[in-house]
Amino acid sequence: MEEAILEEVVRIYRGKPEKLIAALLALQRHYGYLPEPALRTLAQELGVPLSKVYGVATFYAQFRLKPRGKHTVCVCLGTACHVRGSEQIFHALKRELGVEPGDTTADGRFTLEVVSCVGACSMAPVVVVDEETHGRLDPEKALALLKKY
Amino acid sequence: MRSLMDRCCSRCTHSPQTPCKDYVLCRRDGPFCHDDPECKRRRKAWLNSRFPPPGSGQRRLLVCGGLTCGAAGSFSLPEAFRKAIEKAGLEEQVTVTLVGCLGLCEEGPLALVMPERVLYCRLKLEDVAAIVEEHFKGGKPVERLLFRDDTGKTYPFLPEIPFYRKQQRVVLERCGYINPEDIAEYIAAGGYRALTSVLFSLSPEEVIEEIKKSGLRGRGGAGFPTGKKWEAARRVPSSKRYVICNADEGDPGAFMDRALLEGDPHAVIEGMIICGYAIGSDEGYVYVRAEYPLAVKRLRIAIEQAYAAGLLGENILGSGFSFHLHINEGAGAFVCGESTALMASIEGNRGIPRIKVPRSTEKGLFGKPTVLNNVETFANVPLIILRGSQWFANIGTKGSKGTKIFALSGKVKHTGLVEVPMGTTLKELIFDIGGGIKGGKRFKALQIGGPSGGCIPEDMLDLPIDYESLTGAGAMMGSGSIVVMDEDNCMVNTARFFLNFTERESCGKCTPCREGTKQMLNILERITRGEGSPSDLSLLEFLGQVVKATSFCGLGTSAPNPVLTTLRFFRSEYLQHVTERRCSAGECMALRRFVILAEKCIGCGACAYVCPVKAIKGEKKKPHHIDEKVCVKCGRCFEICRFQAVKRL
Repeated sequence: MEEAILEEVVRIYRGKPEKLIAALLALQRHYGYLPEPALRTLAQELGVPLSKVYGVATFYAQFRLKPRGKHTVCVCLGTACHVRGSEQIFHALKRELGVEPGDTTADGRFTLEVVSCVGACSMAPVVVVDEETHGRLDPEKALALLKKY
Repeated sequence: MRSLMDRCCSRCTHSPQTPCKDYVLCRRDGPFCHDDPECKRRRKAWLNSRFPPPGSGQRRLLVCGGLTCGAAGSFSLPEAFRKAIEKAGLEEQVTVTLVGCLGLCEEGPLALVMPERVLYCRLKLEDVAAIVEEHFKGGKPVERLLFRDDTGKTYPFLPEIPFYRKQQRVVLERCGYINPEDIAEYIAAGGYRALTSVLFSLSPEEVIEEIKKSGLRGRGGAGFPTGKKWEAARRVPSSKRYVICNADEGDPGAFMDRALLEGDPHAVIEGMIICGYAIGSDEGYVYVRAEYPLAVKRLRIAIEQAYAAGLLGENILGSGFSFHLHINEGAGAFVCGESTALMASIEGNRGIPRIKVPRSTEKGLFGKPTVLNNVETFANVPLIILRGSQWFANIGTKGSKGTKIFALSGKVKHTGLVEVPMGTTLKELIFDIGGGIKGGKRFKALQIGGPSGGCIPEDMLDLPIDYESLTGAGAMMGSGSIVVMDEDNCMVNTARFFLNFTERESCGKCTPCREGTKQMLNILERITRGEGSPSDLSLLEFLGQVVKATSFCGLGTSAPNPVLTTLRFFRSEYLQHVTERRCSAGECMALRRFVILAEKCIGCGACAYVCPVKAIKGEKKKPHHIDEKVCVKCGRCFEICRFQAVKRL
């Protein structure tokens, strides 16, 4: 864990309990997840109980308490993707990677995630790998996509 | 003068530190403080390069940089075009800009040639050279890259394409036509003039009156009259008030707000500043989803530029009115679309709604009077001020004024972003604009309003789009997502899909929503697994009514809508699942069975190759068969077989 990042986040948000979510987003952006020691420090510096930090971190879908793999494969299960067959894609990826959503493959290469909509409905069904959106997929193409990473 | 925002010469007295009420007008039509034909000429030259007039020989290529076109490869196009244009020696005549969403997402990446409005579809890097050679040099549009309908007819000009013909783009007028990362283009297109006229010629009460007279209602879903909301907040005595823009577009299938923020962020900012002036607030927040990184980025740039130009901050244009704007990134919670939950989230808490007395207009963010409107609502405000409430009230129906933006997706041919006057029928939207159903399939239903909305069958497609008609049908306007379903979509599975979503997104505060959606989901899962019974249908209806009547916030009171509407309009499909144990659409995995027809199978082995669980066995060139005990019913054999030898039962 890089201490400098934590120090920087603490410096910006110290004593501002209303900035808890922004602080958590900033931490996650750097670490890829929310490490427990960082949450303890943050709770102290912001002046909020650790239970509240944990409550907020588990309430919102964006936050993760476990480290992530090298790449995040995020399957969109929004309505438009659903009606164009995203469930098949999800099952195919789940089978291929052998993990449940939120978990990481044993080799640490991929973390599987699901999202309710990324707003790219016109090219449904969509899978987002890291920051790149891939559309008009089917199970075949989605599996082929993994090989690119 | 590289930008319209720069000083034309040393005589220009304007700077953000020396604000001036003529600033916005002066940028485009000035200078007003001194007279110099050369300064006027420079302005004109800049404007002509951005908005080339017909016959000038100047062209501007607008490349769609919306999320969808971007993902399809548009982000690399501008650079390629610039290089090719330079190589052809045309850099004086043609400029290239990355813009926001042009609307016809299905055909992306899109590019539009101005001023003639030739639209190119499905562009690839390989096509760049042809456009530069044949069109920019030769003067003839490249036929093969134009929009083509089913009959093969091509449409060179955007306004003639059926998708655009029935639309009325007023809120989206600039979206796709200006560089969203340059405030100068927004100002050149008439932006911030509404703000100027508000600050210097209208009292806050007059602004509210104008919005009330226009009949504008909230575009986020519930349709509350905007002017009334503003008035309520203004009336509460307080030294501090807040303006919040709800850009937490959580409905799956909705991307209107994303497109607006990516394509014309200043319109939203201008609407918010006007609201601040009207209600007496000096501080606002845009609560935007973290799932929309591009929208956040463009909004951030827009806010910085508005500050730099003195249009945000202290003493705006010397009017004495100050307004500050912050971005607040959401962290992924559907319930935060609910106003009180959203405010809880800005305050750094879990997004849990509170009881609505007092209303947010009395005690909202940090306990202060707060106006919360959504992105599209704010984007309508400058238009109403500039063109007048009467102009706005003339569009639409008796109870629903103006236009509405919809995100069209699902099994419709032309998916994309559309804007139509209120009162347009759903049929016009799906068939005239959307082009009907893909692949010659049959229309089954459309889902409007997201997880809070309902499913509308074919015989109700003549329903006009207005708040009351849709609510009467058990659906709702919602924020504007329309997902079209065809014969291959199972309505029971669709209802299960939505319940799965609302159950997951329920914040857990109240029992009817937390437990009720869970029980409803259990029943729906049972039915889609083929384990349901006819009595489940009445139980579902009963539970749905209870959840609707007793939940705490809008999430719970609307969560049963997809179930109740599908039970009402597609009951036979439910009955098929619970009595025949069959799903005729073939979507419910557990109810599917696949067999190989021996007389049609040639033994090519393609199905055995794609089967993920090796359930298909057979010798080469001899009929194969499926081991049903191993089969996971994924259907990939069915999709891959070219001889129709795999049959779905």
